[in-house]
Amino acid sequence: MSEAALPKQGVHSSGLAATLKHARYIIGENPVTGFAFALFVLIVFAALLGPHIVPYDPLASNTAMALKPPSRAHWFGTDQLGRDVFSRVIAATRLDFIIAVFSVALVFLMGGLAGVAAGFFGGWTDRIVSRIADTIMAFPLFVLAMGIVAALGNTVQNIIIATAIVNFPLYARIARTEANVRREAGFVQAARLSGNGETRILLTQILPNIMPIMIVQMSLTMGYAILNAAGLSFIGLGVRPPDAEWGIMVAEGAAFMVSGEWWIAFFPGLVLMIAVFCFNLLGDGLRDIVDPQRRT
Amino acid sequence: MLTVILKRLLIAIPSLIGVVIVTFLLTRALPGDPAAYFAGPAATKEAIQEVRVKLGLDKSLPRQFMRYVADLAKGDLGQSLTTGQPVVTEIRNRLPASAELTLLGLIVSVAIAIPLGIFAAVKPNSWIDHTCRVMTTAGVSLPVFFTGLILVYVFYYLLGWAPAPLGRLDIFFSPPPPVTGFYLIDSAVAGNVETFRAALNQLFLPAVTLGIFSLAPIARMTRASMLAVLASDFVRTARASGLTPFTVVVTYAFRNAMLPVVTTLGMVFSFLLGANVLVEKVFAWPGIGSYAVEALIASDFAPVQGFVLTMAIMYVLLNLAIDVLYGVIDPRVRLEG
Repeated sequence: MSEAALPKQGVHSSGLAATLKHARYIIGENPVTGFAFALFVLIVFAALLGPHIVPYDPLASNTAMALKPPSRAHWFGTDQLGRDVFSRVIAATRLDFIIAVFSVALVFLMGGLAGVAAGFFGGWTDRIVSRIADTIMAFPLFVLAMGIVAALGNTVQNIIIATAIVNFPLYARIARTEANVRREAGFVQAARLSGNGETRILLTQILPNIMPIMIVQMSLTMGYAILNAAGLSFIGLGVRPPDAEWGIMVAEGAAFMVSGEWWIAFFPGLVLMIAVFCFNLLGDGLRDIVDPQRRT
Repeated sequence: MLTVILKRLLIAIPSLIGVVIVTFLLTRALPGDPAAYFAGPAATKEAIQEVRVKLGLDKSLPRQFMRYVADLAKGDLGQSLTTGQPVVTEIRNRLPASAELTLLGLIVSVAIAIPLGIFAAVKPNSWIDHTCRVMTTAGVSLPVFFTGLILVYVFYYLLGWAPAPLGRLDIFFSPPPPVTGFYLIDSAVAGNVETFRAALNQLFLPAVTLGIFSLAPIARMTRASMLAVLASDFVRTARASGLTPFTVVVTYAFRNAMLPVVTTLGMVFSFLLGANVLVEKVFAWPGIGSYAVEALIASDFAPVQGFVLTMAIMYVLLNLAIDVLYGVIDPRVRLEG
């Protein structure tokens, strides 16, 4: 790390230093990525500390204060039970963030590993993994997620599983392609020659090499995962009231939109949108750093 | 051409088989007791046992599957617990509402996205290019139910231009005599201008919501593909021959740029069919999406399963149609087939 801090490395700059230098260049050239990163830090902060720093208890109702528009005491107004919308929006960050992180981690484990194995071993492994991916792709993804949650049971855990399953083909395909092109690469041959088993090569040589691309993919799908989860809870799946979650808060406020109490649905929807936007920008920025050829 | 279509049909068959297997597995092989699902939450032990025998759940898994396929072939998707109606009838009755909405949403988004993408590519780095970029980035981040609600608030509550977001037709109108099930077409066939206008008013906001949602991938792909085509030699030759810019862009470049755009339509449909469910909920649209949502909340599994299967089959068929369309646009594909 100390090497990376030195300004002029010349031709001897290590891989890490070069990456950091490139990252600094990208962020310098594209302030949007820097902004997205700052926003990301804020979201993580809200997810970690949210419930402890909010001004009101997100679950405490106060019917005397029901349906009040935004004011100095209640920045985002209050909902039909008099709960503070601002506190609920901040507290909801944790649940939404957890859903996104866990589903992305799960699909990385399932899709990433299956895809790498398919690309590296080929043959039957490839045929089975590709067939599974094709079958999932034959469904409209949100509809399949609905069906999975309905079948497995209406819980947050199953929302995470469903979101992971519908993203499976994307991860499997990318990992497969990346592993396939590295199948007979020099470093793989060398590892083979020095007596490593195939599975060992897969895990210690191929997998670390495709990690950067997979990480970009993970940050690109984070936004989709949150949207998917919020959509499912908007139609009444997964998260149950009175728990605070952005999708269900929008659903609760939807009925009041036609009578003019816009703030109940507006703020959670806005924050949801900003979070997704942030993840998408961050994903694009990360891709620019990791994979400069695919810049658009 | 016919052989191409037949070949594509053959390719679609494994997808259909996969879809049927997955929907079967979703009900049977998963943890929990499917008989308890189908008997409903209030059922007694005897009732559950009765349902189990009736559904053939006491048989082995492969035999259950054969039975499931046989039922499907007869068009039997089971019965809804809450309404007591066969699922097939309800889906058939509600499908036109969803189809009309989805198609109009697609038309809106294509009508905006393709010109936007073309202009952005013709004049890179102009304000229209920036608009295109902002819209495509924002479009993928917008939760579709949120867009819908904002539109309702602005156009119904604030401006009063749109009717209340409650279904396909204002209660003062009676639906036109059914021909296609599409209210717009049916009222036009019946020559009823008033009903046509009322139906269009109800359709407008949900269709625009869907349009905004699906605009991003189409616009992005149109722009990228037009940029590539505009830089190619034959466009340069066409320009050098003195053709008008319109002819060069539209008849020379766009026709070639259309191919990747048509391919993205497959992905767009995947999004649209899913987003449709959410939009139907926001606008109380009596389509198959809201049918499935109502059933989901009531833990009524047969309609959900029928819905997932219908959507998946429609999606496979849409992809098939896209493949055929591809052959129409690009004669080279036809030659290969």
